[in-house]
Amino acid sequence: MKYGVIVFPGSNCDTDCFYAIKNELNEKVEYIWHAETSLPKDLDVIIVPGGFSYGDYLRAGAIAKFAKIMPEIIKFAGKGGYVIGVCNGFQILTEVGLLPGALLHNDSQKFICKEVNLKVISTASKFTSNYKKDTLLTIPIAHGEGRYYIDANGLESLKDNDQIAFQYVDKKGIVSKESNPNGSLNNIAGVFNKKKNVLGMMPHPERCNYSHKDSLKLFSIN
Amino acid sequence: MYKVKVHILLKDDVLDPQGKTVSNALENLGFIGVSNMRIGKFIEFTSTESDEKRLSKNVKEMCEKVLANTVIEKYDFSLERIQ
Repeated sequence: MKYGVIVFPGSNCDTDCFYAIKNELNEKVEYIWHAETSLPKDLDVIIVPGGFSYGDYLRAGAIAKFAKIMPEIIKFAGKGGYVIGVCNGFQILTEVGLLPGALLHNDSQKFICKEVNLKVISTASKFTSNYKKDTLLTIPIAHGEGRYYIDANGLESLKDNDQIAFQYVDKKGIVSKESNPNGSLNNIAGVFNKKKNVLGMMPHPERCNYSHKDSLKLFSIN
Repeated sequence: MYKVKVHILLKDDVLDPQGKTVSNALENLGFIGVSNMRIGKFIEFTSTESDEKRLSKNVKEMCEKVLANTVIEKYDFSLERIQ
């Protein structure tokens, strides 16, 4: 497997992603600068990492949407290539339209950095097929704009097509208001596109190099 | 030349915690009767375009493509001839 990690001005989780793939998954990985106009050959997975691309000016992901490498990422995903966006990467993928919905400021208006419990809702993707349905994962979040939003029709469509990847839950795996860190609609922490080759999620699995290593399996599409 | 002014607000059915917090703060300070506060973005710029119709079309496209995310935001704009 060969992975590529996109680097924008302001990305700050690119190195974490790189070493999670290299040292924990023992797979090939390289950085891809945002101003490139082509992707490396034989790429299997693209990671759009967290951070504050272009300072999050205007909206998180609004400027990254027009990076030179972006049309190539869209083409790659269109051909069935695997793309995973984490945190700012998730925001970027919704801005680009590869994933439905949008991410808004947390309902608390605070930047939240803590570990959260997630439940695997859909295993119908390569990213989550290494888990059983309802598996609980502990992964850190670190964001100010993570409140997932989609309109009522969009939410129905997500449910009908099994596109909800993860929900925020309590330690027992119960979806509750208290376990929702940012006010996300239906406690949604991550979603797929319809084909399930694109995943976006606010929590940071690449930060699980030392603890909760089972979360790293998310990056494995074997 | 035109002065372009763009207003962007979260759609009505999207919760705006910032607006709510500021509204509460005003109430706590004794300003009564404040409700439905929404906080958005105001963008202004000058355009050298001389044709108002064409400019209007362009600004709409700017809003749809870049300035607003129409999944969560609504926008409106005004054009003021300055030369």
